[in-house]
Amino acid sequence: MEDELASSIAIQGAVWGGAKAFTVTSGPGFSLMMEHIGYAAMTETPCVFVNVQRGGPSTGLPTLPAQADMMQAKWGSHGDYGVIALCPNSPQECFDLTVTGFNLAEEFRVPVMMMLDECVGHMTEKVVIPEAEKIEITPRRFTKLPPEEFRLFQPRADKVPDMVRAGDGYRFHVTGLTHDERGYPSMNVDTQDRSIRRLQEKLAPMADGRALCDTEHLEDAEVVVVSYGITSRVAQRALQLAREQGIRAGKFRIISAWPFPEQRFRELAGRVKAFVVPELNLGQMVLEVERAAQGRAAVIPLSHAGGGVHQPATILKAIVEAAR
Amino acid sequence: MNEATIEKATLEVPVEIPADAVNPVEPFLRMDRMPHIWCPGCGIGTTVNCFTRALLASKRNLDKVAIVSGIGCTGRVAGYARLDSFHTTHGRAIPFATGLKLANPELDVVVYSGDGDLFAIGGNHFIHAARRNMDLKVICVNNLTYAMTGGQTAPTTPGKVTSATAPYGVFEPAFNLVALAEAAGAAYVARWTTYHVKQLSRAMEEILGRKGFCFIEVLSPCPTLYQRRNKMGDGLDAMKYYKEASKIRHGARASECDLTRDGEIVVGKFVDRERPDYGELLRSQMTETLGDKYAEPEVSCCSEC
Repeated sequence: MEDELASSIAIQGAVWGGAKAFTVTSGPGFSLMMEHIGYAAMTETPCVFVNVQRGGPSTGLPTLPAQADMMQAKWGSHGDYGVIALCPNSPQECFDLTVTGFNLAEEFRVPVMMMLDECVGHMTEKVVIPEAEKIEITPRRFTKLPPEEFRLFQPRADKVPDMVRAGDGYRFHVTGLTHDERGYPSMNVDTQDRSIRRLQEKLAPMADGRALCDTEHLEDAEVVVVSYGITSRVAQRALQLAREQGIRAGKFRIISAWPFPEQRFRELAGRVKAFVVPELNLGQMVLEVERAAQGRAAVIPLSHAGGGVHQPATILKAIVEAAR
Repeated sequence: MNEATIEKATLEVPVEIPADAVNPVEPFLRMDRMPHIWCPGCGIGTTVNCFTRALLASKRNLDKVAIVSGIGCTGRVAGYARLDSFHTTHGRAIPFATGLKLANPELDVVVYSGDGDLFAIGGNHFIHAARRNMDLKVICVNNLTYAMTGGQTAPTTPGKVTSATAPYGVFEPAFNLVALAEAAGAAYVARWTTYHVKQLSRAMEEILGRKGFCFIEVLSPCPTLYQRRNKMGDGLDAMKYYKEASKIRHGARASECDLTRDGEIVVGKFVDRERPDYGELLRSQMTETLGDKYAEPEVSCCSEC
């Protein structure tokens, strides 16, 4: 396509035509795609956006790493809505989590963001690609109802509506305007309240039991390092060094960043002393950690403006100080 | 069109005209959404009437016709058409339609939108889709202004008129949409006005069965926000102007098709040429490069697959 505006809406045309589709970009292109992320959320179009994060703002640091688009992934389009964001930290996970991303997009009918950073994006490592038939695929849930009974945005019990495909005789209407269950525009406070709340509520399982994370030593941890993407691989070394010094340090690697896995953090906040949060930004996901901790554990941001990664020694120093 | 004619039309999925239908185009419209939002004297409804008659005459299976609109007064057409219909974002109807067509090539994909949507914010997509000869049918209702937002200057607003954003007169040169479409590579280019309902219906019918990037510009009155501000009368006055000022000149050079405030309006079919479309180009390139290894992309035949 000619630009990011085009690619981010062409994928949605393709989805309503029956395909699965995704688009890939970095920083500035992600900014250009924001309107269509909102359109995908509003029209409940399952699709995947890959953002290999660079340093910003603006053209910023092409080909150098950052993790400063994390809040944009959640809030970048106007209005209230819900998305899923996944943060792989290796080439293998880029493969595996993209499959997961497509599956979650179908299950919840939301746009899914694959939030890489430049290091993970350019990394070369061994990747095992399973045989096609061994990959679990969530098929699109097409309605079983005949056209005369079908309503395009009538949610099932899980608050997600069934899909249809253009050309199958349903003569349906899709709009980015606030719409009722038929898909018709509705300038109505009740419709707005009901439908916009549902866009967030349908994702509740992802904030709770379905959240994806990778943890170590949480059972006895007094200091937990919270990280994601390339920063989690730097933090791994710091955690190892801290354990060698006898500090009870634990790992919480965020994999599904949005919805934020707040249930897990609420539980942990009651029994750990501190969260250390290194990020390649000036403090984004740390705000969510703070919110979930509700003042019951210290939350220590380790910000970095991007262009490089943290030194393990910096993270280790923060762990040591937090454990004191 | 009377009921006898409608019965004669053999659609794959027969269109039933309800006994209590006031108008034979009702089966093509979402009557539960009436009344529509358009002002008295607006020409968009006239173009929709022509379009429904073109659909009927084309004998297409309407389950396989999708309509995509952008934003604006004409952007609302998709919402009233009883087809698979998409009301997308401002300027992006064409890229949405491109994705839809590529994913489901058996669909006839019609883009129905206004001049502000297709040629200002969406201008880039228009020229690229024409360049690719994407198999899309683009109908542009040109009312020479941004009507829904209050009558601001559009890239089509002719000089010497006033607009909400040009109270002392528009001085920017306007786009000649015919010339733009031809230069960008469109396979079919025509212009009609809402006075020319027969010609417009026939042109719409013609492109529904035609491959490649097809473009029809329909000059249409906006009494509320364009004519009133410029003391140009109402919808009927616009019809009189279209009738008197229009010159049918098929095959006219695109450079002769400039529009002015009250000058001649050249109408007709200007371009009708064979160019391989995007799908054909893709297939031939892949076959040339990959030979027997090239497999057509899998397209599920229905939602059951």
